Parts: sequence; structure tokens; C-alpha cells
Amino acid sequence: MNLQNRHSFYLLLLLLLGVPRVWAGTIPVCGNCHARTIQQGIALAEDRDTLLIRDAVYKEYNLIIDKPLTLLGENYPVVDGQEKGEIFRIVSDHVQIQGLRIINVGVSYTSDHAAIRVVRSSNFHIEDNRFENLFFGIFLEKSSHGIVRGNQITGVARDEYNSGNGVHLWYSNNVAVTDNRIEGVRDGIYLEFSDTIRIRGNESRKNLRYGLHFMFSNDNVYTDNLFENNGAGVAVMFSKRIRMTGNRFLKNWGPASYGMLLKEINDAEISGNLFEQNTVGINIEGSNRITYIENDFVSNGWAVRVMGACYSNSFNRNNFLYNSFDLSYNSNVNDNSFEGNYWSSYSGYDLDKNGVGDIPHRPVKLFSYIVNRTPETLILLRSLFMDLIDFSERVSPVFTPDNLADPRPQIRAIK
Amino acid sequence: MLKILKYSFYDLMRSRWSYVYFLFYLLLGMVLLFLNNDLSKAVITLMNIIIILVPLIATIFGVMYFYNSREFTELLLAQPLKRSSIFLGQYLGVAGSLTMSLVLGLGLPFALYGLFQSGAILNFSLLILIGGLLTFIFAGLAFNIAISNENRIKGFGYAVLLWLFMAVIYDGLFLLTLIVFEEYPLDTFSLIATVFNPIDLSRILILLKLDISALLGYTGAVFKDFLGTRLGFIISGAVLLLWTLLPVWSLSAKAKRKDF
Repeated sequence: MNLQNRHSFYLLLLLLLGVPRVWAGTIPVCGNCHARTIQQGIALAEDRDTLLIRDAVYKEYNLIIDKPLTLLGENYPVVDGQEKGEIFRIVSDHVQIQGLRIINVGVSYTSDHAAIRVVRSSNFHIEDNRFENLFFGIFLEKSSHGIVRGNQITGVARDEYNSGNGVHLWYSNNVAVTDNRIEGVRDGIYLEFSDTIRIRGNESRKNLRYGLHFMFSNDNVYTDNLFENNGAGVAVMFSKRIRMTGNRFLKNWGPASYGMLLKEINDAEISGNLFEQNTVGINIEGSNRITYIENDFVSNGWAVRVMGACYSNSFNRNNFLYNSFDLSYNSNVNDNSFEGNYWSSYSGYDLDKNGVGDIPHRPVKLFSYIVNRTPETLILLRSLFMDLIDFSERVSPVFTPDNLADPRPQIRAIK
Repeated sequence: MLKILKYSFYDLMRSRWSYVYFLFYLLLGMVLLFLNNDLSKAVITLMNIIIILVPLIATIFGVMYFYNSREFTELLLAQPLKRSSIFLGQYLGVAGSLTMSLVLGLGLPFALYGLFQSGAILNFSLLILIGGLLTFIFAGLAFNIAISNENRIKGFGYAVLLWLFMAVIYDGLFLLTLIVFEEYPLDTFSLIATVFNPIDLSRILILLKLDISALLGYTGAVFKDFLGTRLGFIISGAVLLLWTLLPVWSLSAKAKRKDF
């Protein structure tokens, strides 16, 4: 056999054995198909096949997807984990799971069982699934470049210690979490050590703790999400370069409940958000160089509460409408700027009719300072005596920062 | 009693004082709406007016009316009429006409502005209801002061002092107490302290509707349980009613014993 012949022989051999099939097959999974369970389906499938899961109930758990597959549900077939543990674990790149109804994830006190867990994989695609009675919903662990879209997660969490999060990202980068609806879990969306994530159009309601919770997660973008009626609102901590725009934070009521809690957040942009009927709209602690532009604070207890160590933040063109307290400080030092906002409590005038009030507005009331010190005094809210004290403090500030004023308060609400 | 009530009522109508108050409230309502362009914000401003101005007007007017109609009262006393019905009739006449001015004066501009189509209707009716109750309470207290003081100057002095105390001084003392004893649990104390002042009580009732998000931010359990529930609302409403009945009862008791 000469050299050329040998080459073509190897080539043939390679073609017959080694080269993966380039066409993808479809394997139906149903009660009387060749593959009766999803487990069998996965075992039968070649790389890049599609498992077409017919409408039935599959009592399975600990399913490991270790090759690039597409799992496609017809009419939301039920995958019932019987509360025995984790249901899907994805350990391969290019896996897609779509149209399944995944229920009964087991609760564990030692490991975080999830309905779908993605481990060290990329290009995953989790779309249009329904999750019920779960511990953790979608758990992304050291994974990247994936999409989590249009899922409905409905939990029945009662206590924090034995409930999990809806969408949980841990050391995961470049993931898009969009248009999901999450209810009744511990934290709706949770991020830890996850950078460049895009969170968009999600609705997170009635969760036990936070609607959105992230820590040590930089360069993320949050747009057009809705956070309503969560136990403690939204908490964001220890992160840099965050952009939050067009989100709505509604009705987060309670003694330790915030529309948004910012702690150690630096260089962020918060614009075009709506904070309505929260006990505290934004609680700021140790956060620097944040720009707040064109947000609406409507009917909150405290619109903005500044707790300390907050420097070089700027508030421009925001609307402060009918809040019990627009702004509260716990010290009389101020390094933040307020300019060109609309304050519904502004009592000045505009003689030259240029749309800007002629006298500066002092948004911090003495009463808010007193309430910080002795919370019970809150019962004197809106009493004449308090108005008198506030007035005298406004005229000559003693307890509140004297350089804290909006020099250009707007006369009309900013559209 | 009804006859005297009717007489007092028409007397007030004729004396034009009712019209003055009606026009005052009307103007106030219009200006408020004109300046604010927003019903829910106007309701908040209105609250301040109701809990401050309404008691003041009721107090001053109550005392004034009692002293002015003294001769007529003496004439009535000469007739075979029950004493309590004479004074109660006068009291109800004054309080009734004041309440009517309030309801119509504030109700008209708001109704024209589209109150019935807006969500503020409940808050507004609560405000008007509380305004009416405060009128009755402070007119009653004023009658009590007037009947116990022959000297008009003294009577007026006490009446103004009563208003000042309830509207301002009480809250000042209250605040001082809270700050001095801030190390102690004060939930129950602050709840009880509000009950003893009808103005504070009305304020809390309105706050329960308007500023609930702020009030729920407070950590005290007693406070939150009370304010966060329907029970708190019912109890404060009941106490306010008690406040209305108390001066009336005391008035009729005083009227029986008084020597003219």
C-alpha cells in the first residue's frame, strides 16, 4: 500500500467512525415510544439531537444532560421530581430546555437542589418552562453565555431557612435573564460573583425575602423589571458599575423593607425608575459616585434615606411626589448634590417664571432627624407642632446639613 | 328640643355667619384644587386644614354664639322647657350649621372637579366625616367653657387656650416625653397619649389612610399591630365618637345645675 492509498484509507475510516453526525435526529419520548423516560431518551440521543417530550407525567429526578441536546416539551409535559432531589443537571455546552413543567424539587438542608442546574457550561438556553413547588428554580453555577427567558417560577416558600431562590447565578457571566415571572420563592433573582449579566423585563413578586438580590456582581444591567410586594424589596450590595433603568419598585412594606437597599455600590447609574408606596424608596449606605436621574419617588414613607459614608452622589431631575419624608440623613454632613429635582413639598415661588423656583429647597426635615433618633415620634407625623419645628429648622438649619439644598427646584413635575 | 334646634339653625342662617364659613371653605377648596391640579395632593393639604382650622372655628364660634344668645337663652329659661333641651338644641344648631358649611363648602368644588370619578373619594369622605366630628367635639367643649364662665373675656381666653393646647402644646409635650424617655418602650404610651387628644386621634385616623407606608416602617410591634389592622381603625373611630358624646353629657349636666 503506497502512501496515498494509506491516506485515503484513514480518511475513509475517519468518515465511517470518528466524524460526528452532522444531521440532528429527533427522538420522541412518551409512554409507548422507544424511549419511555427522559433518562432513556438522553441515553439514546446523540449529540445535537432533539428530545421531543410528549404530554405525560414523568416521575424522574437526577437527570444528567452531558451532551449538547435540545429538550422540547409538547403541551408542558410534567417532570415530577417527587421531592427526592435535583431534577435536571446540565454539564454540557449547547443545551436547550424548553416547554417543560417541572414540579416537586426536593428540599435539602445540605445541598441546593434545583429544578435545573447548569454546571460549568456555556450557551445554554432555558426558555418557557414552568416551575412549581420548588426549592431552587434555575441554578447557574460557573456557567456563561446563556439565556434564561420567559420562565414562570411559582413557589410556596414559607420560611427563609428551607426555601431557595428563583433564578440563582453563582460565578456566572454573560447571561441574559429576561421576561421571567417569579413568585413565592426566597429571593426572586439572586446573583453572586456574576458579572456582565443582563436582567430585563422580569416580574418578581411576593417573594419571601428579596425580589432581586445581588452581591459582588459588577457591570450588570437591570432594565424594565418589576419588583412588587416582596418581603424586603430589593437588595444590592458590594458591586460596581451597575446600570438600573426603567425598573419599577412597588409596595414593599414593612419595618425592614426597602424599594431598594444599596450598600457599598460604586459608580452606578440609576435612572428612569419608579419607586411607589414603599416604606423606604432607596436606602443608601456607603455608596459613592452614583447618579440618580429622572426617577419618580411617589407616596413612599421615606423616598431616599441616606445612612452614612455616601459621597459624590448626584440627584438630578427626579420627581419627589407626596412622600412622607423626601430625604432623611442621619448626620449633618453632606457631600451629595441635589439639583433640578421636582419636590411636591416645595413651598417657594417662581417670580421670573423660568420654571425654576427662586429660593432653594431644603428637603431634609428636622422631624426626619428626630424620627431617626426616636422612632416612636413617628406618631406625630403631620402635626402642627412638627410643621412649626420644621419651619424654624428650614429657616436656620442646626441639626440638618446646612449645605444640603436643591438650588434649582423645579416648579413643574418632570415628565 | 327640635324646635330650638331649628330656631338656632335659622338664626345662624339669617345672621349670615354660616354663609361666611360656607364661602370660606368654598374658596379654600377651589384655591386648593386650582393650585394643586391634583386631587390626592389636595386631600393631604386639606387634612392639615381640617385638623387645625375646623377645631379653631368650632371653638370660637361656639363660645361666641353662646354669649351672644344669652338674652334669648334667659327668655327661653323662663318658659316651661327642659333645660337640657334648650342647651342641647342650641348646641346642635351651631354644630349642625357649621358642619353643613364644611360639607357643602368643601364638597362642591371637589365634586365639580371630578371627585366621584377618582379614587380619592374614600379619603375625602373620611376627611369630611372627621371634620364633622371635630366640629361637634369642639363646639361642645366651647359650650362647656362658656356655660362655666360668666366673664366673656375669660371664656374666650379659655377657648383659645383649649384650641392651642390641643393643636400645638399637647404635641410638644408629647414629643418631649418621647425624647426624654426614649430608652424605654414607648409604643403603648404613645398610642394611649393620642387617644386623649381628639386632634391627634383624627390625625392618626387620616394618616392610617394616607401615610400607611411610613407608619408601617416603624418597628414597634404594638404600634404596627394597632395601626396595621382594621381593629385600630375601629377603635380610634369609637374613641372619637366617645369624645363627641362626652362634652354633650357634661353640658347637659352643667346646664341642670347652673343658677342663672
